[in-house]
Formats: sequence, structure tokens, C-alpha cells
Amino acid sequence: MAISVKPIAEPPAAAELHGSPGSPVLAPGHTFTSVTDQISAIVLTRGTTRGWWVGFGISLFFVNVLMVCVTYLIATGIGIWGNNIPVGWGLDILNFVWWIGIGHAGTLISAVLLLFNQSWRTSINRFAEAMTLFAVACAGLYPLLHLGRIWVFYWLLPYPNTMGLWPQFRSALVWDVFAVSTYLTVSLLFWYVGLIPDLATLRDRTQSRVGRVVYGILAMGWRGSARHWLRFDAAYLLLAGIAAPLVVSVHTVVGFDFATSIVPGWHNTIFPPYFVAGAIYSGFAMVLTLAIPLRAAYGLQDFITERHLENMAKVMLATGLMVAYGYVMEVFFGWYSANTFEQYVVENRAIGPYAPAYWALILCNVLVPQLLWIRRIRINPISLWVIAIVANIGMWLERFVIIVTSLHRDYLPSSWAMYYPTVWDWGTFVGSLGLFFFLLFLFIRFLPMISIFEMRELVHRTEEEHDG
Amino acid sequence: MPQIFHPSMNTISRASIFGAVFILAGVGWLLWLLYRSSYYTQVGVVRPQPVEFSHEHHVGGLGIDCRYCHTSVESSSFAGIPPTQICMQCHSQIWADSPKLEAVRASFRTGQSIPWTRVHDLPDYVYFDHSIHISKGVGCIACHGRVDNMPLMWRVETLHMQWCVDCHRDPAPHLRPRDMVFSMSDWPEPTPTVASSAKIANGKLDLVKIRNIASGTNCSVCHR
Amino acid sequence: MSCPNKSPTLVQLAGAPRELPQFWRSLEELAGDPDFAARLAQEFPRHASVWDESVADRRRFLQLMGASLALAGAQGCSSPPPEAIMPYVRQPEGMTPGVPLHFATAMPRSDGAIGVVATSHMGRPTKVEGNSLHPASLGATDAMAQASVLTLYDPDRSQTVARLGVIATWGDLLGAIRGALASAPKGTGVHILSPPSTSPTLARQRAALIAKYPQAKWHSYEPAGRDAARSAAIAALGEDVQPVYRFEAADVVLAIDADFLCAGGGAVRYAHDFMSRRGVESEGAPNRLYAIESAYTPTGAAADHRLRLRPSGMEAFARSLASRIGVPGVDEATPTDGAYAKWLSAVASDLQAHRGRSIVVPGSHLPASVQSLVHAINDALGNVGQTVTFIAPPAGETVDGASALRELTDALNADAVNLLLILDANPVYDAPVALQFGTALRQARLAVHYGLYQDETAELCPWHIPATHYLESWSDARAYDGTAAIVQPLIAPLYEGKTVHEVLSALIDPAPMSSYDLVRATWQEAFGDDFDMRWHAALRDGVIADSQPATITPTLQPSAASGLAPSEADANSDTFELILAPDPSIGDGRCANNGWLQELPKPLTKLTWENAVLMAPADAQRLGIETDDVVRLECNGQSVTAPACIMPGHAEGCVTCYLGYGRTRAGRIGTGLGFNAYMFRPANGGYVARGAKIAKTGKRSELARTQKHHEFEGRNIIHQATVAQFAADPQSVLPAAAHHPLPSLLPDVPYDGFAWGMAIDLSKCMGCNACVIACQAENNIPIVGKEQVVLSREMHWLRLDLYYAGRPEDPEAIHQPMLCQHCEKAPCEVVCPVAATTHSDEGLNEMTYNRCIGTRYCSNNCPYKVRRFNFLQYTDEETPVLKLLRNPEVTVRSRGVMEKCTYCVQRINHARIDAKKSAVESGAPPVIADGSLETACQQACPSEAIVFGDVNDPKSRVAKLKADPRNYGVLSELGTQPRTSYLVRLRNPNPALG
Repeated sequence: MAISVKPIAEPPAAAELHGSPGSPVLAPGHTFTSVTDQISAIVLTRGTTRGWWVGFGISLFFVNVLMVCVTYLIATGIGIWGNNIPVGWGLDILNFVWWIGIGHAGTLISAVLLLFNQSWRTSINRFAEAMTLFAVACAGLYPLLHLGRIWVFYWLLPYPNTMGLWPQFRSALVWDVFAVSTYLTVSLLFWYVGLIPDLATLRDRTQSRVGRVVYGILAMGWRGSARHWLRFDAAYLLLAGIAAPLVVSVHTVVGFDFATSIVPGWHNTIFPPYFVAGAIYSGFAMVLTLAIPLRAAYGLQDFITERHLENMAKVMLATGLMVAYGYVMEVFFGWYSANTFEQYVVENRAIGPYAPAYWALILCNVLVPQLLWIRRIRINPISLWVIAIVANIGMWLERFVIIVTSLHRDYLPSSWAMYYPTVWDWGTFVGSLGLFFFLLFLFIRFLPMISIFEMRELVHRTEEEHDG
Repeated sequence: MPQIFHPSMNTISRASIFGAVFILAGVGWLLWLLYRSSYYTQVGVVRPQPVEFSHEHHVGGLGIDCRYCHTSVESSSFAGIPPTQICMQCHSQIWADSPKLEAVRASFRTGQSIPWTRVHDLPDYVYFDHSIHISKGVGCIACHGRVDNMPLMWRVETLHMQWCVDCHRDPAPHLRPRDMVFSMSDWPEPTPTVASSAKIANGKLDLVKIRNIASGTNCSVCHR
Repeated sequence: MSCPNKSPTLVQLAGAPRELPQFWRSLEELAGDPDFAARLAQEFPRHASVWDESVADRRRFLQLMGASLALAGAQGCSSPPPEAIMPYVRQPEGMTPGVPLHFATAMPRSDGAIGVVATSHMGRPTKVEGNSLHPASLGATDAMAQASVLTLYDPDRSQTVARLGVIATWGDLLGAIRGALASAPKGTGVHILSPPSTSPTLARQRAALIAKYPQAKWHSYEPAGRDAARSAAIAALGEDVQPVYRFEAADVVLAIDADFLCAGGGAVRYAHDFMSRRGVESEGAPNRLYAIESAYTPTGAAADHRLRLRPSGMEAFARSLASRIGVPGVDEATPTDGAYAKWLSAVASDLQAHRGRSIVVPGSHLPASVQSLVHAINDALGNVGQTVTFIAPPAGETVDGASALRELTDALNADAVNLLLILDANPVYDAPVALQFGTALRQARLAVHYGLYQDETAELCPWHIPATHYLESWSDARAYDGTAAIVQPLIAPLYEGKTVHEVLSALIDPAPMSSYDLVRATWQEAFGDDFDMRWHAALRDGVIADSQPATITPTLQPSAASGLAPSEADANSDTFELILAPDPSIGDGRCANNGWLQELPKPLTKLTWENAVLMAPADAQRLGIETDDVVRLECNGQSVTAPACIMPGHAEGCVTCYLGYGRTRAGRIGTGLGFNAYMFRPANGGYVARGAKIAKTGKRSELARTQKHHEFEGRNIIHQATVAQFAADPQSVLPAAAHHPLPSLLPDVPYDGFAWGMAIDLSKCMGCNACVIACQAENNIPIVGKEQVVLSREMHWLRLDLYYAGRPEDPEAIHQPMLCQHCEKAPCEVVCPVAATTHSDEGLNEMTYNRCIGTRYCSNNCPYKVRRFNFLQYTDEETPVLKLLRNPEVTVRSRGVMEKCTYCVQRINHARIDAKKSAVESGAPPVIADGSLETACQQACPSEAIVFGDVNDPKSRVAKLKADPRNYGVLSELGTQPRTSYLVRLRNPNPALG
């Protein structure tokens, strides 16, 4: 049946896909059944492993850390953090930007690669999307928490009120509200729509009554009829079309938060593209960080093959180079602008009190990724995993450098000061990490982390290849 | 394999999908209503007072001028709540031993203020100035309504910021000639008193021009 | 932060030691008694206005509730609860509800009162301003006067008569005193200790007391007093006279370790007169100021030439100068290095070139020898009678405080004191350690302490009487030039306080009189027949007409300059001379519990909340000491460990410690801050100790400084030039770019009607901090406490930026008042997501607190970093008495909102409303006369450096200043178009030293 409605894998595309060198995107010898069995088994039959419980427990603990931090924050005020004048934004906005960046790979992989017909994406798009959602959820926390008066956050929204007031639409923060909420909604829809056929599969295969009912409701009466597939493909493509531009727009707007200000080191036209590149870079880094252990833990080497790792590594390398270009340009602008303040920012980043952060960032985001030129490193899960982690750290440092070093010494030397995160800053950060993994663990336990129906399509295509 | 769901689920699911939209919209609408309801704005809600003072009787019946009791309304931001003294000026003779007025006499004896309940209460971060509104010709009636019909006081306006701003953007409809500011009745126009010098805009006295009114809508006009 | 007088439960809260001194035991016993406990509870409100963790813990529950409600959105879903409104029963005459009243009074000080006009909102004094009719004020004030309203409402003020720390009655006390007096009919063994006072009434009562009890002894003593100045006057001029300077008439001024612009009873007037010869609006030729000093002071910063010199070098300098000037009988001190000699001769010739139009000012703490030399120099220069006149000391016959205190101590140790009355003094804290005054005090048969606080001395006195604040008192006081003024109360005493007159009256008069009657009685004979008229005039004007004493023209004693043994400098180079100076913010320690003053950055260190060991960069480098290093300071057998603070421009070979800290019973604000430098005072009462040793301890302790970078990095922030350069080419004092406004992409907004703007003349600003506190008082600005200052979260809307130019050993210091610049193209406005900060059509950059959600984006985007954020609940909304202090015209901000300078928009609105009301009949546009509307900072500024007004009115002062070629905008290249502009700082250096 899948054949009848296969929308994307046109034979020439497939040919070109498999003509290219490198290992296949699906280990040979798989049948529709084997694929379905192996993936759905993780959720349905294999049961809960001890490893899962441990990981889940740890992340649950950090979720509670987050709760404590947030409660104390709301009860006491932003003052529990290290923020001050001049450094009005610290780890709060830093983590927002970092999480939003991570939340880019999902939609990119699903939507853009779908539109570009890259069928190697199929095995990783599902949890990449999930990861995106959870990352954006974590990101969404910070703009709220960083408010001095969180209880009036709704003033950010345009709604008819008794004050006769609107938000101030010139402010990039208002654009953020729209960008992030739109992004969250669309990626949620996209993810869910993609899940529907698999939910149906689970509904049909699960043994427990509860499972049937829950999956049944979520599957929304999917029967896999031709009409269903027709509608599904149309909807999926449409959503992909809608989601694709968002990949660019969201982080562009986040870039505007800084670029539209006059803070030296922020006021910089390169920010939007350079933020997007950085986002994709960190997003793929995070996908790898998660994919490699999962693949090992659940024996998915057949589905997430070296080919996937290598392709993602290539994307990281490419975007990493763009980011590096961004750094070079920042320095160049600083010098070329002949602007005292910009020049000082560059100088201060390189040799100022926060210089270690800057050089660590250069190491993580510019030097280390160069190893990815070497194929043996690209296809070696261990080395790749390490590099991915390094990249994540690097991107975190990048935001630290951008936000803190620009603010702590801006225009008037009289108000220069240092910024030191407090235990509550760190608590909120690790707490958000906890939340992220908490959701992720729930996801891999209760939903198929690899798109079953799309893998079936792959099976078919690989067969085609063998026949032909 | 047995069916999990009854066929009716199809309908239910469709209904729930669309229903969700309406439910959300409904909640929003209810909140919208709540903020404008008299429960929240206290419009038309009579506030009990320690002494049953009737504006209806004193203003409507006896025709006492507002300024007789609210002495500082022309000179201060605060219109002034009459000191017990002012009540006693009359009530030491009239109704000198009415039980209704015992609280007033007690206050005068003991020197303890009468704890009136505020009817028109603005948040502390709003700075309203009576004197300028009066001198620019905004009638008492514009905000306080027909107090000459109020046995006990209540709010006739929401005192929402939106309401303030509406008038500040277009004060003309609420402006009166000086001699009509404290009057409870509608004013016939154009009144000869000002007609001579009056600039006439669409048949009405253009008091905005006459008094050179620039009622600001800067935030700092009310918030500081 | 334990506050001494709290109920035991609170003591435990504050973590007081278990074994409490006798004083506490009695409290604990009493604590059983319920109504006593109740009384305590209501008397000692539970909150420090300083943020500390314990406060956080106690607040947490309520805030959790509040927060959770808020999150549930419940805050919006119930209408505000009905509020009661309490009218007067009988409305006071002449008062209109909602309209503040103003009364002229005076703030008494031992070195001369300053006349003020206090604002009263519905009976609560909330602000003091200068009294333009008063010679010591001319409408301006200093920081201490501005902060005095906070002291009035200080919750730690002592509130009742106390015996052994236990509440007692005035009656009991009178009984005890009368008993003691009965046993000594002639007043034998009756001693009274009080600081010198300028109050004629007190003088009258003192005379009466001595008349009634001939044997009684009156000791006047002041920790940082004028002893040396007095003995110098007697030595050099033969009589106890006090100089009054006329700086407006002086072309050349030499200040010898004298901070005449910011310290002393005449400082406000002197600053005005001196600065009237500087800046754009100056009358006459610019004057020239030479300063030699050890520690950097505002006067040194204002100087055209500054020479740093260790205290022991002062006399040598004065001696050499005297001989150059031609004072007979003085031989030049041993010549020193070239620069010094050059300086000396330049000053000498400059002074001689301006005979009769120059002033040499000595620091009143300098050794008598130096000061008498200065008398001789002024005499030789023919300044006496011209720029320097003499009057009898306003504080009556001043006495040598040190010896007065010694006499008293001896009497105590001789067990010869039956009754000791300590009026408003705190010798246990500030007497030289060698005197052991504390132990001696226990010898007194009956010791009564009278003061605003139950301080260190009160603790050792069995009886305590609460004093009234001057805003609660009837009294009178003389200014630095002797002009008298009536001190009238703005409010009935908040507690059971008594005025000093009432206390003395209880001793003297058979039937104790009220201070009102006492003061009237004093002036009865002076005013004569038309008493009532003149009395009312005095109350109305705040000055008593022609009450200024006649000037005295003393004759210089031949012995003035000769016969003084030259003091030797420390030969030993690894010991230091230790300078003990009153703290620039909290003075001699009397104001230690005033949070505003504690958090006020000290002029040349920007240090708050504590004192430190101030030392020269060279010395610090030699000892490997950096700022924040904890050092061990040893001197006169006393030692202390305290953080060091490097002060650029401090003289080598000496260190400075500010007095007034290390209080043990100041109150919840002032207790336990810094260290008590009085311990190093030599027994002779001097203010320089020799042979101090300094050693690094290796520990560090971060000082709470509000500014840590003092270089302006060549940015367009500060511009300086010389008078000559300006005269040659006015345009040259600013970079060419400053004269051509940048084009802007943003549309130009027309401002018809008012357009408010401010111009600040850097030539006139000396960094006295008056504006900072004035702003704090006017705008309900909270204090945040030391910890928060360390985190750079101070809340001052107006700060004084301090920049150093030149070599760190000998830099120039430039002060720059920095407040919201009210940019016409304001970066903060575009980034606020909720339009909480907006632009008014009069050009104000408005901040609407109740709309702010606290993203802090505006602050990030403010190039001037003048926005302040309530990171925590800084405003103390729980201490009831502090609510009385608030200015009802300004919203009190709570946690989570941004705030900043508003150009005192509340004052603007009042002025505009009044103008509109008066123009309504004519229908003409409202008019606000230039000068009738002043911001709080402008009104307080002694030197009129700050000018505010309507820039659309070409005749306004501010418009004229902005038209001057010296006018520039800070960081104007950003295109912010600030409405606050600055005028280039012009200096008038001596070409000979150029």
C-alpha cells in the first residue's frame, strides 16, 4: 500500500541517492515486518530497561531542582541571580538562545531535508523533531523567568485590555514572542502529524487495553486507507513547507534581539545569518549527542547507519565553518568600523577578564570541528560523539561571550562591572537540562523514536535497488 | 480484533477538535466580560457608609454646592472629604439630635474621624488632579454622574485607563462653561455668557480652543 | 546587624550571643510582662531597610503566596478591596488637603547651622531644601541636611526615657536628678558634657545653670572639633575669633589641607561663592585655586594646581611660604626637591600679585602652629578685612575639647562626679582610647545620657533621655557667620523626646518651661517692643534680621609666626603617618545609622558602607598591596585589620582612615560597619598619629565601591580645557565633531510648547554629593545594602562619576553628575516590549513603573547605564514609620521594575498645572517662569552647576548654556541627542607651573 502513495522517492532520486558512495541508509536484508517489529518492540514488548529507569530518575531529580529554583526566583526576585547593572541579561537569556539554537535541527531535518528529498533523514527525523520540541519548551521557559514581574507576562501579547494599550511592536522581544510561539506550534503539529501512522501501528500491535485506547485516540482513527495517505502526504508536505522558513525566521528574530540594540558587540548586521548557522550547528551537534547513545542502547545500528552519522557530521562541519566565518567577521567589523567601542569589545573579548571563555569558544567551535574533515573521525561514533558534545559546549560559550562580554564593559567605563552567575543561575540551567531529558526519556519509552512508516518506504526502495 | 472505539467516536472526535477552538474563545470572552463587569469595576454598586449621607437630599433636594463640602476641589489634586466640622455647621442646629447623625456628633466629640468608604478609588500609581479638570471645565457629572440622584454613592464609570484616555484624546464632549461645571443638569448651548468670544465648531462652543486645552496623553501626565 | 534594643525573641532572630550583659537580663525579665512585650513590638518595627538573608527568609512565605496567586491570574480577578478615607474632624487653618506646606527652619550644627525650608505633606516633613534667605544656604544644601529627614523617621531612634535600658518615665528621671542636685546645693560634682552649640538659648541656659550652681562644670567637647583653630587664633591674634571668608572676592585661593568646599559649617556658602567665579555663568575673572593636601578631597579636585604632601610637611610649607610672603621672623624651612620649590615660588608670587584679593585657608584640624602661620600670611597679604574677616565664634566661647574631656575624666576617676549629664555626645565611642573614658564613666554617681539614639555612651549610663530631632524641636542656632535663625518644629515629637532646652530647664527653672517659651524668652529682649512682628518675620524668613555679630579686626601678635618649633617629619620611611579625618558621608559617626549617607559613595573613592585604609599607589605598590587586600594597621599600640583602598593622588608616606565607623550600638544600619579609627587618636586629641605600621594579611575583602574604573579611555565623556585656550579660540575646546550634530535616520519630532532640558557645568561641580541625596529624598529611592552594592545594584538615579586623568600618583580628578540624559532618540524606548518607557511631547523620557514587566532590555540598551532595576524588594514597605518619609507625589516602586531619573516630573506636572490654571481664562499658552521650576538636584546644588529649564525659551538659563561653545553631549556620536548636556571643564592653571 505504501507504494501506491509514495510521494517523494522518485526512482531517479533514489538512484542518485544510492549511486553515491558511502554505506546505505538502511542495512540490507530488512523486510517491512522486521523494521516494524524492531522499532515498535522498543515501545511495546521490550519493556523498561534498568538503564531507562536510572536516566529517567536522574532527569526527574533535576526537574525538581528546576522547580525549587523557579519557586525561589518568583518568591524573591531576579536578585537571586548574578544579573546586575550593566549586565542586565546573564544566564537567563543565554540559555534561552542556546536552547532555541538546539531546537533547530529537528525542523531542519524533517522539513527542509524532506523538501530536498534527502531520504537519509527518515530514520533520524522523528526524535530530532521530538528533541526540537523539548528544546523549544526549555527555551520558552527563560523569556518568562527572566521577567522582573512574571505575573504580568501577558502584557507581551496583543489582546483587548482595559488600559487601551498594545505591546510595543518595535521591540524585538515582541517579535520573539510571536516567532517562538509560532515555531513551537508548527513543529508540534508537524511532529504529531508525522506520528499518526505509527501511532496507528502501535495501536494495532499493542497488547494492553489501555495502550490501545490511548494510542487509538492519538491515532485519530487512522486506517491507512488510500484517502488517508493522500490527505496525510498533502498535510505533511504543507506543514513541511510552512515549517521550512521558520527554521530561518526564529533564530533570525533571536538574532535581532541583539542586532537591533546599540550595545557594542551586539549592534552587528551579521547576527541573523550567523545565529541561524550557529543554531543548525548546535542542533545537529545535539542530535548526534543523543542519536549515538540511543543507537547503541537500542541496537538501531541498522537504521541509524554510518551514513547518517557522516551526513550529520558534514552538516556540522559546514555550519561550523559558517560560524567561524562569523567570528572572523566580528573581529573584522570591530577593526574596520574604526569605532572605539566596537574595537574595545573585540580587544576585551580577546584579552579582557572573560578571555578564557572566548578562547575556549574558539577551540570548541572553530578548531575542534576541523577534525571532521577526516572521514575516519566522521564515521567513528565515539569521536563524533565527543566532538558533538564539544560543539554544544562551544555554542553555550559563544552566547556567554556575546551577552556578557558585550554588556559588562559597554560605553561608560564608570559603570563597568563583572558578572558572576550564582548557584541559582546554574540550578535553573541544569534544571532545564533535566526537563529536556525527562521529556526525552518519556518519548523514547512511549513513542517510536524512528518513523516506522517512512522506514518501510526505505525498505521498499532498497528492495527496488536489489531487484534492479 | 475487537473494536476499541464505538463508531460514535468519529463524531465525538470531530466535535472535540472544533469544540476546542470555541472553548478557548469562550474563556477569553468570559475574562473580557469579567474585567468589565460591575463585579470588578464596582460600577453601580452602592458602597455602605458609616453615616447614611445622601447626596440626593443634600445636592438634589437642598441644592448645596459641591464646593461647600468638597472645599479643595478647585485648588488641589484632592477634592477634599468634608471634616466633621462642616457637617456640624448645619447639624448642630438641624436634626441636632437625630439618631442617624450620632456617628457625626460622636466624631465631633471624640475627635475621631468618620471612616468613610472610598467610592472613587484610583490605584496609588495614578495621579489625578481635580483642580485642573475643574478649571478646564470638565463637569463633576462627567466622572461622578448624577450624584443628585444618589442616596448613597456609587460609581458610574469604570475608571479604567481606557476610559480616562478616551476623554483625554477627545475632551470636547465633556467640557462645560465655567458656570455649569458644578451643575448636575445638562447645559443648553451656546450659552450667551461665552458666546461672544466663543469660537463655534460644528454649531457647538469649541471650548477646547477657547481654553487652549491640550489634555496630554503622555504617560507622565498620570504616572510618575 | 543585631539592633541593641529589641525584644528577646528578636535578639535571638538577630543571632545575639547567648550570655547577654546585665542590660539584656533586665529586658529578658521584663519580657514576661505582656503589655511591655506588646509595647516593644509596636515600638521596634521588625524590619531593617537593608536587604539581608534573614529578611528574605521571613518574607518568603508571604511572597510565595503572592506569587502563586499572581501566577494563578487571581490578582486580576477580584476587585480591589474598599479603602477607608479619614477626613479631619477640625481641619487645620491654612491647610489644603493634598497641597504641601513649607516652613523655614534651621538645621543646627556645632560648626554653624544651615537654614532650610522643610516641606510638609499633611503634617509629615518629607524633604528639606535650602533657604535662599539664609546666608549659610542661599537656597542650597549639603548631603547631610538632605539626609536629615531620614534620621527623623529612623526606626532605631530611642523612643522613651530609659533606666538601665528599661522603659522609665520622665517623672522618675526628674526625681533622680533632683535628688542628686539636692545633695549638691552649690552644684559641686555636677558635670555637663555637650558639644559646642551655637544656640543662644542654650548659651543663656548654660549661664543660668552656672549662676544657680556655681560649682557645676560645663565641658564642651566635639570629636572632630576646632580646638587647634581656636588655640591658633588665640596665639596669633590674641583672642578667640573665627574667620569668615569671602571667596567671591578672591582671585587666588590657597587651601592648606582644607576641604573648605565640602566640610565645615560654611561649606555650602563657600562653595557657592567660590564657584560663582567659575564656569559659563561666572561673574568676573576666573579665580585660581591651589590646594596642598594629603588625601584627595573635593577641594583638591576643584583645584587648578594640587600638591600632595604628608601632614608633617604642611608646616614646613606654610613656614617657607610665610617667609616668601615676607612674614617677619620666619625663616624658610629646609629647601626640598625642584618641583616642590617651583610650586612654592609660583604660589608665593601669585599670592603676592593678588594682595588683598587672595585667601589662604588652613584646615581647622591642622596643628595650631600651621594655622597661626596662615593667620600671619593672610595678614601680610593684606587679606584681613578684605577677603578674610573675623567674628566672635558663633558657638560662644569655644574651649579646647580634648582638655575639657580630660578634666571630666579626671573628675570621674577622682570619684568627684555626683551628676553627669551627657548632652548629645558619645565620648565612649569617640574619645581617645588612652582616656579610658568608658571605665571612668562608671564612677559617676548618677550619669544621664541625652541623645537621639541609645548609643555606646547610653549603654554605660544608667539613665537615658531621648532627644528630639531638629524637625521636632523649638530652638535657635547661629550660622557660620553668626547669623541667627529660629529652629521651629514641623511635627510634634514622634516619640517621648525632649529638647535639650527642656532638659536643662528641668535643672534650672523651678517650673520647667516648654522649649517654645524658652526660645521666645531668649529673643524677648533682643526684639524688644515689636517682638511679635519680628518673631513672626524670623519664623517666616528662617533668618533673624541683622542678628549677625559685628566683625572684629584683631591685631596680629608679633609672636604669631615665630617661636614655633618646626615639627619633624617621620624619618623612618617604613612607618606611616596616620591621618584621621571625619568621614565625607557620615561625618564623625553621628549619622552612622542613616542608610542614605551610608550608601552615599564617598567623593574620591566611591566607597560605601565602610571605611578603609586609604593609601597612595606608590606605597601600596611598595608593600604589594592592592585594593580589597585586608591589611593590619598598627599604631599607638592599637591595631586593626581592614581592607585597603588605593586612592590615586594620596600623598606618599601617610595613610588616611575615615572616622565615624566601627559603631557598636548605632542601630540596625550603622552597627558593625567598618572599624573605629578613633582608637588611633593621640591622647592630645590631634588628628595625625605617627609611626603607623601596615602589613598585608593575605586575606581579601571586597569593598563596596560603586565605580571601579576611573579612566575615560579617551571616549567622548569628559572634555577639559584651560581658560587661556578658551579665550584664544572658543571652538577649540571641543573636538570638531562635537560642533556638527549627526544626521539621524529617525524622523525629527517637533517640540512646541515646553521642551525640558538640563545643562551641567563641569567647571562648577566639585562632587559634594548633595544632589545625590536630594534626588534620593525627592524620589523615594531605596537603599540596597552593602552586599547589593558589591553586586553593583545600587539604585541612585543620579550618580557622580569620578574619572582620573594623568599619572596615578598625581592625577586630576573630574566629577561628572550622570543621570538620565533624556535622549530625544532614546535607545531604551524602542526596545521595551510593553511601552513602559516612552517619550513625552515635552521631550521627557518617561518611565511608567506600573507598566514595566522587567525585561531589563532598556538598561542593556542604555549607553549611559543610568537605569536602575529593583532586583529584589528594596523598598522597605513594612516598617511603619518609614512610610511617613515617602514623597506622596512619587510612586513607590516594588520588586521587578526598572526606574530612573524623571527630571522630577512630579514637579514639572505641578508647575504645568498651576500655569494652565492661571492661563485658562485668557486661553493663552501656559507660562512657567524660568527658575520657578527646579529639579531636586538643581535645587540642592551649592555651586549651581546643574541648570534645568525650557530649552525652547531662548531667554532661559539652560538655553543660554546650551548655546555656549563649551556645551557638548556625552557620547553624542551615538545619535541619542541627549537633552542633558555638559559644559567643558575649564581650568585656570598658572602659566608659571604650566
